[in-house]
Amino acid sequence: MQLNEKPVLQVKNLTVRYGDGCPHCQEKLEKNRCTVCGTVWAANDVSIDVYPGEVLGIVGESGSGKSTLMQSLYFDLEPTSGSAFLSGYHNGEDSIWNASAAEKRNIKNCVMGMVYQNPVRGLRMDYSAASNIAEKLIAAGNREAGFMTERAKELLTSVEILTSRMGEAPKNFSGGMQQRVQISKALANNPSILLLDEVTTGLDLSVQARVLDLIRRIRAQYGISILLVSHDLAVIRMLADRTVVMLDGRIIESGLTDQILEDPQHAYTQQLVHSLL
Amino acid sequence: MKSAENYNYAFLDEGSKREIRRCVLKAVAIPGYQVPFGSRELPIGRGWGTGGIQLTLSLIGPDDTLKVIDQGSDESVNAVNIKKFVRLTTNAEVTSDTRKATLIQSRHRIPEIPLENNQILIFQVPIPEPLRIVEPREEVTRKMHAEKDYAPIWLQLYESIIRYGKVTISTEYPCTVENRYIMNPSPIPKFDNPKLHMSKCLYLFGAGREKKIYAVPPYTNVVSLAFDDVPFERESFKGKKCRLCGSTDTYLDEIFDSETGERFYQCSDTSYCREVRLNAAE
Repeated sequence: MQLNEKPVLQVKNLTVRYGDGCPHCQEKLEKNRCTVCGTVWAANDVSIDVYPGEVLGIVGESGSGKSTLMQSLYFDLEPTSGSAFLSGYHNGEDSIWNASAAEKRNIKNCVMGMVYQNPVRGLRMDYSAASNIAEKLIAAGNREAGFMTERAKELLTSVEILTSRMGEAPKNFSGGMQQRVQISKALANNPSILLLDEVTTGLDLSVQARVLDLIRRIRAQYGISILLVSHDLAVIRMLADRTVVMLDGRIIESGLTDQILEDPQHAYTQQLVHSLL
Repeated sequence: MKSAENYNYAFLDEGSKREIRRCVLKAVAIPGYQVPFGSRELPIGRGWGTGGIQLTLSLIGPDDTLKVIDQGSDESVNAVNIKKFVRLTTNAEVTSDTRKATLIQSRHRIPEIPLENNQILIFQVPIPEPLRIVEPREEVTRKMHAEKDYAPIWLQLYESIIRYGKVTISTEYPCTVENRYIMNPSPIPKFDNPKLHMSKCLYLFGAGREKKIYAVPPYTNVVSLAFDDVPFERESFKGKKCRLCGSTDTYLDEIFDSETGERFYQCSDTSYCREVRLNAAE
């Protein structure tokens, strides 16, 4: 992790709201829903930096805005306001949210990799595992079937899936295997940042451990930056260098992971840490 | 319909024909682009070639000679009835000779004889959208065309290679027109795809049910999709020949005789086959 370098990803003042908002929203909002106009502030003035090689964890309860942040970054959701800069897009000078449709597609396929909590969102379940990886390569302009097959073999081997199963559809795989195929798909074009949205949720403990080991290995092997969303503090403790705590669409605390977990300052973080550890 | 006296020339009213011709002009101006049009009611059901017939009726003039083929055959019920209908409402000459025809309406084949620049080949198209197989929503496929986002269709080809070791699409093999739009060349066998490239004649595609017209103008670059290391291949009839005319370089239909258990091959293009036999007899 190089904190003195230029961030790989910089999010500034991200706001995602459902509703028109009102003066009361701006002044006296206590929760993420305005009691006057009913507007929901899914993300409210969220700013984060992710540095090269760093794993930034985002933790918070359901509805705190973690997934809203991820979905905004991966263009699954249109932010109301704010900007996001990626070092791999126009050298970090223009916000990715102002990019054209073709540029956004290129960012999704080449600059970022996304692993969803639910593999159905990230994989084509009826296509083979190899094709799932090739999809990213094709989208990046590759037109060599042989190269794509070799790359699929290499990536599936790195996530411990037998190459003899690369022709099988992920719908025939276990949950853990599906997550590993998703990870290999996300890595297909050597992205500069990986977005992991609750990747271990719903997996049993032994499978969780394998997936977490895999993420650690990938980070060491590729030196890739990771934005990791989880509600599981054990996962955050294991993987994240720095951690951001979100509540009601806002960032309430941030710092080094050890510091956040050992000496939480905000009342909610204290409650979270003590209730889980 | 016994008498055409009560019908307008070529059945459709002049306004409708004019609108279709305008759409044809737009389609010719933007090769491979699907132009929406107001598909009219005809005395045949949708899905039986209404797109092709509307194009034929809009373009046919008193001096034109019409040929209609159905899967290569001039004598199928569909082809014969379309010819009867057009003849009844236009009195235009009909022929089975490919060289004599100025307008050729076809279901799923391009004639074996190379077409000339005074000829127009009109295809009956069931599904004009090449991306339909990968994306069911029309608004999304339109966006994909606009943004030239064709990765899913390439993925379809790759999946075929992964599963079967080769691209297994035999008809409706997608092709790129002038390096811009990906087009569904109607369900012609991929054997016919290369005939679209730099052809002298105008190809028009009409989908009546889907209300779309598109075109490949003469001398247009039409390239069948293929990976750099897996080239496009036509169907191979190596070692087989037409049992009637002996042709070895045409698209052959496989025919199975259930009584004798014999399997033999015959030219799909019946008029070409007849011509070869006549020439041989002379």
